Amino acid sequence: MLSEIERRELEDAVKHYPDKRGATIDALLTIQRRRGWISDDTLLEIAQFLEITVEDVDSIATFYNLVFRKPVGRHVAFVCDSISCWIKGCEQVQEQIKTLYNADLGQTSPDGRLTVLPIACLGQCERAPALMIDQDVYGDVTPEKIEQIVEKYK
Amino acid sequence: MERPLTQHIHPDGTTRTLREYVKTGGYRSLQRLSSGLAPKDLQRLVTDAGLRGRGGGGFLTGTKWSFVPMGADAQKPKYIVANGDEMEPGTFKDRVLMEGDPHGLVEGMILAGYAIDAEIGYIFLRGEYHLSAQRLTEAIAEAYAAGYLGKPLPGMGFRFDLHLHASAGRYICGEETALINALEGKRAVPRAKPPFPQTVGLWGKPTVVQNVETLYNIPHIVNQGSDWYHRLSRTQDGGTKIYGISGRVANPGWWELPLGTTAREVLERYAGGMADGVRFRGLLPGGISTAFMTEEHLDLPLDFSSIPPEVGRLGTATMIVLDDHTCPVRFVLNLEKFFARESCGWCTPCREGLPWVARILMSFEEGRATSEDLSLLKMHAKWLAPGHTFCGLAPGAMAPLQSALKYFHDDFERHISTEGCPWSKKSSQQRVLV
Repeated sequence: MLSEIERRELEDAVKHYPDKRGATIDALLTIQRRRGWISDDTLLEIAQFLEITVEDVDSIATFYNLVFRKPVGRHVAFVCDSISCWIKGCEQVQEQIKTLYNADLGQTSPDGRLTVLPIACLGQCERAPALMIDQDVYGDVTPEKIEQIVEKYK
Repeated sequence: MERPLTQHIHPDGTTRTLREYVKTGGYRSLQRLSSGLAPKDLQRLVTDAGLRGRGGGGFLTGTKWSFVPMGADAQKPKYIVANGDEMEPGTFKDRVLMEGDPHGLVEGMILAGYAIDAEIGYIFLRGEYHLSAQRLTEAIAEAYAAGYLGKPLPGMGFRFDLHLHASAGRYICGEETALINALEGKRAVPRAKPPFPQTVGLWGKPTVVQNVETLYNIPHIVNQGSDWYHRLSRTQDGGTKIYGISGRVANPGWWELPLGTTAREVLERYAGGMADGVRFRGLLPGGISTAFMTEEHLDLPLDFSSIPPEVGRLGTATMIVLDDHTCPVRFVLNLEKFFARESCGWCTPCREGLPWVARILMSFEEGRATSEDLSLLKMHAKWLAPGHTFCGLAPGAMAPLQSALKYFHDDFERHISTEGCPWSKKSSQQRVLV
């Protein structure tokens, strides 16, 4: 069941649109911030709140890549693999993450700490390669810097 | 050199508050509205200024506005939407503006709203731009508290409300009709045109979707006039442009420069030339949906009107440089993998064609390609050209491929004749260079 605070946040989100459906993406992201991912049960709760079908909500949830329909680790590392970061060595960055945390793209480290995902251009091209962990962006990343960057995400 | 858009942006990356913004003339343009500048006058002013869409399309802003039904019979509400879904690879100009000077966007949106008599605005922001979201949220709250938003402007009936929508990923959201679907809480699949959003847009109402950088220009045009704006540029298109550059250059970055600046100036004068040990081979002038330019094109004025169509188009003006230590085939493979991943899947040529192109390019890298594969690539460049797909994503994907086949043909051939990538043995060296 939606908690009191979740319900209030969803009510705030709905105010920005002429109909409840307009807030579907906001609703998914809002609840995901609290619960980490969108389970089948969560999907149903959101659908009931928005008064649309659960299939409708799932069609949105599965379309947008920042909505997670599977559990993720305590933190999510987004490795930019678009052209400017690729030229500057994002493949080596990703390899190093894999070596250090035992998680390939799309996987979560065995200790549940870090999920690693590819991401479209993060708009940090002047300081490529870039990496985003949760909401924090890092530029000019090198394989040598990874351990120090990830250190603060326990 | 005058830099109306960025001269006050803090070099240390901190944002500008409302107080600072107002001190340098911010929101002054709104006073001109109450002194008798009618919406039609504002449309004409911006048309005369020659402002073209900075998202890459280069469409005249005044003309875009002119298609919106006006007057008492027009449907209400109308909407103005800022396209802040900056996901074109290599592009980071809108982020610089939204993070550094969020009130410029708010003011630009109020003016654009006034021009088409729209009382509601949305900023459609890509979900990954968390810092922009935070700063825009603060700026919007400040603008409400100061009365620029949410109540009638002094001496006028016009009132404007503004909302921020943080998106959840997918490149296709940048296509204006897909963006409208996303904003309505649906899958971001493009809509058929016509009808165009100016008549049937967000929730079926008249809507104008404009790039963030375009909107930033409007307050300056209102304050300083169309002649002044024209003089900022070196060519017939008005104003300045944020040019950017990334790749292996000495000093990657962005600069606000007169429209019509050449790629050579950006590369050599501002970016300090190529990085040590590498040589220039080509560049994509504005994101990855534009065609390659090579040495022979470096002195072309970069604007929306001066680049011959057979060469290409400006796009977002944030360039990506290809150097001689990077394999052009693998470069294009990276682009096509991106497009294949980001296809919305709605139409077959795009959904099936782009992964096919990526697989063929992979076969070049793995040494399995034959001359037949080369012909297949050329055919795809035709099959996925404009007119064969539902929207512009796949045709955009073909621009770098087709031009790479033209300028780097020998490199494709070498992959076939040597049964592999001539650069792959160099890859260990490449790491050292990074």
